[in-house]
Amino acid sequence: MTNFETIVGLEVHVELKTDTKIMSPAPAHFGAEPNMNIHVTDLAYPGVLPTLNERAVEFGMKASMALNCEVASVMNFDRKHYFYPDNPKAYQISQDKRPVGQNGWVEIEVDGKKKKIRIERIHLEEDAGKLTHTDEGHSLVDLNRQGTPLIEIVTEADVRSPEEAYAFLEKLKAIIQYTGVSDVRMEEGSLRCDANISIRPFGQEEFGTKTELKNLNSFNFVRRGIAYEVERQEKVLLSGGTIQQETRRYEEATGATSLMRVKGSAKDYRFINDPDLPEIHIDQAWMDRVRAEIPELPDARKERYINEFDLPEYDAKVLTLTKVMADFFEATVAAGADAKLASNWLMGEVSAYLNAEQKEFSETALTPDGLASMVKLIADGTISSKIAKKVFKELIEKGGNAADIVKEQGLVQISDEGTLRTIVTETLDANEQSIEDYKNGKDRAVGFLVGQIMKATKGQANPPLVNKILLEEIAKR
Amino acid sequence: MTLLTKTATELQSLLHNREVSVKELTEESLSRIAKVDGDVHAFLSTNEDQALATAQQLDNQPLEGRGPLFGLPIGIKDNIVTKGIVTTCASKMLENFVPVYDATVVEHINAAGMVTMGKLNMDEFAMGSTTERSAFQTTHNPWNLDHVPGGSSGGSAAAVAAGEVAFALGSDTGGSVRQPAAFCGVVGMKPTYGRVSRSGLVAFASSLDQVGPITRTVEDNALLLNAIAGLDHRDSSTSPQAVPDFRAALTGDIKGLKIGVPAEYLGAGVSEEAKAAVLEALKVLESLGAEWEEVSLPNSKYASQAYYVISSSEASSNLARFDGIRYGYSAEGAKSLEELYTRSRSEGFGEEVKRRILLGMYSLGADHHEDLYMKSLKVRTLVAQDFAKLFEKYDVIIGPSTATTAYKIGELIHDPLTLYANDILTVPINLAGIPAISVPCGFSNGLPLGLQIIGKHYDEATVYKVAHAYEQATDFHTQKPALWEVK
Amino acid sequence: MTQLTKEQVKHHATLAWLAITDDEAEAYVTELSGIVDFVKELQEADTDGVEPMTHPLQVFNVLRKDVPTDILDREEMLKSVKQHEDGQIKVPTIL
Repeated sequence: MTNFETIVGLEVHVELKTDTKIMSPAPAHFGAEPNMNIHVTDLAYPGVLPTLNERAVEFGMKASMALNCEVASVMNFDRKHYFYPDNPKAYQISQDKRPVGQNGWVEIEVDGKKKKIRIERIHLEEDAGKLTHTDEGHSLVDLNRQGTPLIEIVTEADVRSPEEAYAFLEKLKAIIQYTGVSDVRMEEGSLRCDANISIRPFGQEEFGTKTELKNLNSFNFVRRGIAYEVERQEKVLLSGGTIQQETRRYEEATGATSLMRVKGSAKDYRFINDPDLPEIHIDQAWMDRVRAEIPELPDARKERYINEFDLPEYDAKVLTLTKVMADFFEATVAAGADAKLASNWLMGEVSAYLNAEQKEFSETALTPDGLASMVKLIADGTISSKIAKKVFKELIEKGGNAADIVKEQGLVQISDEGTLRTIVTETLDANEQSIEDYKNGKDRAVGFLVGQIMKATKGQANPPLVNKILLEEIAKR
Repeated sequence: MTLLTKTATELQSLLHNREVSVKELTEESLSRIAKVDGDVHAFLSTNEDQALATAQQLDNQPLEGRGPLFGLPIGIKDNIVTKGIVTTCASKMLENFVPVYDATVVEHINAAGMVTMGKLNMDEFAMGSTTERSAFQTTHNPWNLDHVPGGSSGGSAAAVAAGEVAFALGSDTGGSVRQPAAFCGVVGMKPTYGRVSRSGLVAFASSLDQVGPITRTVEDNALLLNAIAGLDHRDSSTSPQAVPDFRAALTGDIKGLKIGVPAEYLGAGVSEEAKAAVLEALKVLESLGAEWEEVSLPNSKYASQAYYVISSSEASSNLARFDGIRYGYSAEGAKSLEELYTRSRSEGFGEEVKRRILLGMYSLGADHHEDLYMKSLKVRTLVAQDFAKLFEKYDVIIGPSTATTAYKIGELIHDPLTLYANDILTVPINLAGIPAISVPCGFSNGLPLGLQIIGKHYDEATVYKVAHAYEQATDFHTQKPALWEVK
Repeated sequence: MTQLTKEQVKHHATLAWLAITDDEAEAYVTELSGIVDFVKELQEADTDGVEPMTHPLQVFNVLRKDVPTDILDREEMLKSVKQHEDGQIKVPTIL
């Protein structure tokens, strides 16, 4: 049992999904050949000037609003100075004193308890270029990423456990992804997270010395890294040591953290208000216009699904994790599908398929109309769940409408009692031994007989009806 | 030859009547450069072949649609980037630097059909007021070769004064167009901040820099400003204000014009001959129907200090990009990144540049960010407010452009503080972002003096009107350095 | 009289990646001390309640549409780069 309280603040960088960079009109896309998406401004040639991307500003506003921040009525851009080969101007254009968003929050839920994690600020800035270190003692600079718009989201030190950090990131990702301002993909670097971690004895008001943890490349690593670091700090303190203010690196292979560098006195970035970029004044009309573009966010949707569609809270939560899923669900219901059945299919077969194939909704042939057409056939008993799986495979791989697939492939469920009774009788005639077995108490024999009937009907027999008729016919013998 | 003593308007009429060709004008400019530049050292580079090729092309263009500057030779200060033409900023750092794009002002002069003769000398990265800070050569004043032409646009002013070109572009961060124009007896305009695009002007102090025209007459100057001014999507600090036809403002009519003359501009440190020349000029303006009163710019006494802090701070930021990696001077054989940075910058920058970077680093550092940098920005507000108050009552403000005539080469160079104090007449205008012109207003010991006319934001038209009326009523602009005759 | 120390001068020089010799540092100490004295006269100005002026003109909300243009040709860019490899700019080891 630990005597220490965990204190974590998170710094999350999110790459904005604009067509051009924040300060130059070069394309801002992931995955081009090195130094192909560049503009003279990105090279910091003598005489070049930054030009501010309108969409980047609006994306910053949108993210701020979605994260419950106050949006600045006046903001500006500052130069943050530091020398590095991936930073051509030797300053990064960022926002120091007047960021786009301040004083926001995100509600999370851990172990059934709801809690708000406060957001101190959200600021817009430029990403740096990419440096690759080679074995031969030099590094290579690719400036494609230089100037890609970022927002940095800084939380208050409100996170009290690795699980809370995980829940915060999951929620943050969902919200940002709903607003459409970023792909928020950690694996592609469009979401990056650093954690400031300290511990203090329960009851103590003062914060302990914090360490900064980097190289957290998945939500799981964030969770594990924080847990490891908290444990490490406890051991240090319990053995009479002190925590050093330092930057540590999470090692994916071992799950441990290791020292990157000791932090000296606070770095002096010599911020100045960038004279090349006029102030941005955001009036109510602009704010309203941007706010109107924000769709219903995950929490609101979740509530609505519970109330409007009578879904269990679990279903509502899973369906609203991503906007694509939630939109797909709603469109399926709108196309006439039963909400709970649609939910079951989306959380079950559909998700399993997407995971197994590593695909997005848009990369499959499945449409909400297609899924709804199938769910309707299940609901009215036209097809069994078993046949539905065949139909589903067809729908997700080739597309179309369930009714057509069922008709073309003759997959309609046989629910006609007379037809089924004939098949049952024939099956019993051919398997007299099984009847014997059943009568001698071997219940499994029924399973065998049902299997035979299904085989004879190519799986199209209505299962409850088959059961009923089978028992009736056996009783007659 | 006399061709280059003519105004743009006169030359245009000659071109129109086919009495002279663009090629002939270009050749004359080249021959003047060949004759006098060995003494004046205004040009850092010339490109004869390209100039002649351009001239040939221009001569083939129809007469219709030619603008007022068509076919006329111009020189460009070497801190304005020219695509494919080495742009050095008079620094070893950029000795072999070939830009991949044209400055917006260069696009404009090309579009106007002007012929670029070459790149003009300056103080390294525009830091200085004598051109002695050039890493390559010191430019000499055409009126007296023992004297400096002023700076930092010394090459631009000297080239025009020596008749090598009739037009030049300079840049003015704290007086770098007006002061050399005054020292060389030519006309130099610093436009309103935001009037002319800074895209392609190598930044010294971004919130102060403006490109400005240097010419022999006010009318030529107005024409060149018209050609280069205007909103530019590449420079977010350019103004959307419409650019008027400045030549149309040159009516000669200044009746009822209200002039403020700051006591501070005729005070301590300003030479008697400069004061006398300004008072004479005011008499001329009075005779043309203007009225003047003594006024005060109480905060101008802090302007020089605020200017040095702000300009050096911004310079330390702007010059950080010169790191030996992507372009420019790169130290040979550096084994580590640290060595590459340190040696490239230490070997590439000159002494004055380093001094300003150090002052900038000092002013922006955490210890002095408030009491030097932020304080200077607040003083800047006060300086701007001083002007704003005066402009409620006065149409223009007038004073000398410089406290003295041009110094002897080497005279003051070892005393940076004296040079700095001399800036008090020009730097408040950059701090406030307002336009000001220097026009010739007399001579002392054979060296020119300049009259400075300061206007409201975006009101270059009135500044030009007053300058033109004064110029037409005097003959200082018609005088030529002895160099014109000898050669 | 403000007397900057040689250490202060060297500190700022290091931050700016400028190597200066002891002699140079000595000279800068004198010059910069003089300049700092001069600029410190600013302190006499009464700036209570005065806003700092960061931009000379009242121009706001200058924004660019999010449309790609003017891509810089990589080969053109590499012409001024001293050392490069496979289209990337080569820099010495980062210590």
